[in-house]
Amino acid sequence: MTAKRTTLSDTLSAALDNPSVRGRSPWRDARERFFRNKAAVASLVLLALITLACVFGPMLLPHSYEDTDWDAMSLGPTLVNWHLFGTDELGRDLLVRCLIGGRISLTVGVLATLASVTLGIAWGATAGFIGGKVDTVMMRIVDMMYAVPYLLIAILMVTLLGREFYLVVLTITVFSWMDMARVVRGQTLAIKSREYIEAAHAIGVSTPAIIFRHIVPNLLGIVVIYTTVTVPGVILTESVLSFLGLGVQEPMTSWGVLIEDGTGVMESTPWILLFPALLLSLTLYSANYIGDGLRDALDPKDR
Amino acid sequence: MWSYTFRRVLMTIPTLLAVITVCYLLLHLTPGGPFDSERKVSAAVLANLQAKYHLDLPLWQQYLYYLKSLLQGDLGASFRYADWSVNDLVAKALPVSATIGGLSLLLSLLIGVTLGTFAALRQNSAVDYLVMLLGNIGSVVPSFVMGPVLILIFAIWLPWLPAGGWMDFDVRYMLLPMALLTFINVSTIGRVMRGSLIEVMSSNFIRTARAKGLPTRTIVLRHAFKPALMPVVSVLGPLAISSITAAIVTESVFSLPGIGKLIVNGAANRDYTLVLGLVVLITVLTVLINLLVDLAYAWLDPKIRY
Repeated sequence: MTAKRTTLSDTLSAALDNPSVRGRSPWRDARERFFRNKAAVASLVLLALITLACVFGPMLLPHSYEDTDWDAMSLGPTLVNWHLFGTDELGRDLLVRCLIGGRISLTVGVLATLASVTLGIAWGATAGFIGGKVDTVMMRIVDMMYAVPYLLIAILMVTLLGREFYLVVLTITVFSWMDMARVVRGQTLAIKSREYIEAAHAIGVSTPAIIFRHIVPNLLGIVVIYTTVTVPGVILTESVLSFLGLGVQEPMTSWGVLIEDGTGVMESTPWILLFPALLLSLTLYSANYIGDGLRDALDPKDR
Repeated sequence: MWSYTFRRVLMTIPTLLAVITVCYLLLHLTPGGPFDSERKVSAAVLANLQAKYHLDLPLWQQYLYYLKSLLQGDLGASFRYADWSVNDLVAKALPVSATIGGLSLLLSLLIGVTLGTFAALRQNSAVDYLVMLLGNIGSVVPSFVMGPVLILIFAIWLPWLPAGGWMDFDVRYMLLPMALLTFINVSTIGRVMRGSLIEVMSSNFIRTARAKGLPTRTIVLRHAFKPALMPVVSVLGPLAISSITAAIVTESVFSLPGIGKLIVNGAANRDYTLVLGLVVLITVLTVLINLLVDLAYAWLDPKIRY
């Protein structure tokens, strides 16, 4: 009897050690699905490259983003003196300016996304958990925010409060959290009434344990998806503000500012417009595709 | 229907009040007043000026005065343009924006619905790929990149159209901005129409119609078209809002003397009252558009009641 039991558990543990039989977590499934999606992986690589270039590029290149090269003004892309993207009409190296601008655009993107995602989750989860009148009021506020022409209010806020970096982030955050709040609330409501939550209640699992072991992991997928959707939107808003001359100020720059500068001189020197526009579009493109890939990977029933 | 309409209209009031209040308070957060200047005016004159504009009253009374004048349709005076009230500036700029925005919205509805329909009926055809390509480009290339590119192609390399500016509703000056706005909207409308028509075409009542032996043309026009339009109607509200955003960019790119240009200039000049007035005006417009879209939606689809 004892010998038999030992054999059984031995067999079991041997089977579990065998990788082909080991249990697969939903996250591992999702990761495999994501890496099978070539467009999403290519986008991820591209976005990583752009980010790395923005972070480390300016340190490696022999130019500063604000210094004038008096021998090279409005120069086309060339290998001479490492002006790979050429220079702008003030003789500043365009590649370094694009990368520095990218730092600002991406930083604003990441910070505003983090802030709005946090706000959205807190708002949505609270409304979903509490329900009733609180839920109604909180969601009505979200509806109201949707009806507001956000760019105008953003312009008003930037006009009134100033063009500090953190104010730009704040302004963008205020108008980017509603999608997340809606989605999280919906998901929370749906999960709250699932059988496995009921089952957890029935076997006496404590409420915090239910929230953290059963509700949060199920929220996480949709949060990740909507976070990647928020990033391009936020970067775009920052660029629009900068393009309209309401973002960060000279000599500091961002992709929107560079595109605006390029627009002014595109007749004679179109590459000054072309390079930052290309960088911005590529970033938005890859962020969108990563979002799509994550959606397919994390939400397989939605295909 | 009537009780829904009534409730929906009532719902707009808190939205409007909230936006106006927040903007008004923001305005008051800013340091400095309209009569702060290098040259000091005498205390008596200053007091008179402040009394004229109710600036000597407590904040809540000033706010009520502001609401009162808003209700009378008066948006106040401009800080920067002497002799111009905000109403005058709006009256000059609104026709420009409304013409371009309205025409391009109509145009993009026509083109977008047509393209989307053909794309849905002939999946994987050239039209289908065109719609998907437009949708992709529209979601990735921002309007402020697309606009300059249009100028570069159609005004500089091919000198067919003026690169920007405005001449008394001359069509040549309207073509490029309208093309840009139409393109942005078509990319959304086409995608939505394609998706919804594909879904409708695979539903049971369409199969019934096919079983009856109706020709495809009749099935699409008589049975599938109307339900497939519902999602298009529902994106009209967000589209109208994004059109206003796009108008701000478009008018800057093509330097058109419209509302968008006015607000950007106002912001650059720190013309607080002008920007506030325009924000209030456009918020009222957006809220009204959303109201109309919701009512149209409820009218078209009797299942929708909140």
